[in-house]
Amino acid sequence: MIFHTRTLLTIVTEAALENDLVELFHARKLRGWTIVEARGKGDHGEQHGSFDANHNIQIELIADSAAAEQLAETIQQKFGGDFALVQWLSDVRVLRAEKF
Amino acid sequence: MQIDPVVLFFLLGLGAGLARSDLKLPSALYETLSVFLLLAIGIKGGLELAKQPFLAILPQALLVLLMGFLIPLLIYPLLRWRLPQVDAASIAAHYGSVSVVTYAVGVAYLVRQGVSHESQTTLFLVLLEMPALVVGVVLARLGRSGETSSAAHGWGKLLHEVLLGKSMVLLLGGLAIGALAGPDGIKPLDKLYLDLFKPVLTLFLLEMGLVVAGKFGILRREGLFLAAVGIILPLLLSWVGIGFGLMMGLSTGGVTILGILAASASYIAAPAAMRMAVPQANPALSLGAALGITFPFNLLVGIPLYHRFAAFVTGA
Repeated sequence: MIFHTRTLLTIVTEAALENDLVELFHARKLRGWTIVEARGKGDHGEQHGSFDANHNIQIELIADSAAAEQLAETIQQKFGGDFALVQWLSDVRVLRAEKF
Repeated sequence: MQIDPVVLFFLLGLGAGLARSDLKLPSALYETLSVFLLLAIGIKGGLELAKQPFLAILPQALLVLLMGFLIPLLIYPLLRWRLPQVDAASIAAHYGSVSVVTYAVGVAYLVRQGVSHESQTTLFLVLLEMPALVVGVVLARLGRSGETSSAAHGWGKLLHEVLLGKSMVLLLGGLAIGALAGPDGIKPLDKLYLDLFKPVLTLFLLEMGLVVAGKFGILRREGLFLAAVGIILPLLLSWVGIGFGLMMGLSTGGVTILGILAASASYIAAPAAMRMAVPQANPALSLGAALGITFPFNLLVGIPLYHRFAAFVTGA
């Protein structure tokens, strides 16, 4: 089988942003993403994830590298100033390249 | 004076949290309990509300709305003395809005003391939830329309967030269900929604104790000012509520409840709304004060104290 290289964008941020981010993904016509609840510690303090106003999410999204980079830049510009936000890109190898 | 057992559950959670016990309620349970409490409070209020003509309580409802708009305007200048505009506005919104659990514990306290109160206080609770959030957003955006962060939402989306937030939908929905169904219709459901209310409240308070314990770290960082805000504001605001209660001609119990509502600070609806509307504000400050200090203060000291205040001014 042939594996194709694509870019994985991982976003860790506040749950409050989920709707906005998903809207943005739709607007960019991205085809798929996965969102999970997260807890941990960062500059904005420790998130225990047990309480409404105080939990984080982690989003994973695979796209071609240009789209992933542009998306990460837009998110950083829009939300990076006021919200807890960490993003990173990594190369991943996928089957069925047409899906991403 | 004996502490209400309901409050003991809160202290248990608080103690366990501070002692770093591994006790933790699953967040799904916390969500479920809050849905239950909001619905049950709504239904109870709806049942009572159905007993009286709507027009008779309309003037009171309008006064309560006025109070909701007034409180943030009143405390904003005080907070502005030490805080940046966005933080002052956000905290003003938290304290103008109300805490449903503080209300529930207050009602339980009055029942234990054998003090009756007007049945429409649930409606007051619902009415007070929203106005302060709107005022808070306006205060935060005043004179800075050009430079609002691109992440901040427009008004349409904000109103949607505030009006259709979880707590508004469940409280209003419960109110409507209770009013439409009436006491006979609710009969098959009353074991769960009426009889089990207090036991479920204890579980919720256990979790609240754990959450509050987790907030103490913020207090250590933000220090005395936040502690002062968290204690002085509710004391001050309780008198605003008591004043409005007197104006509305309520009984001692009713005046106490209005004092409790005015003194309480929102830690569910307000943080969510403010995070979306005023993302520049530091959520640790407002939540630290509302949840870390004011909530336990009201539970342990405030509620009995406001009852004394109310009894004093009504001459009961």
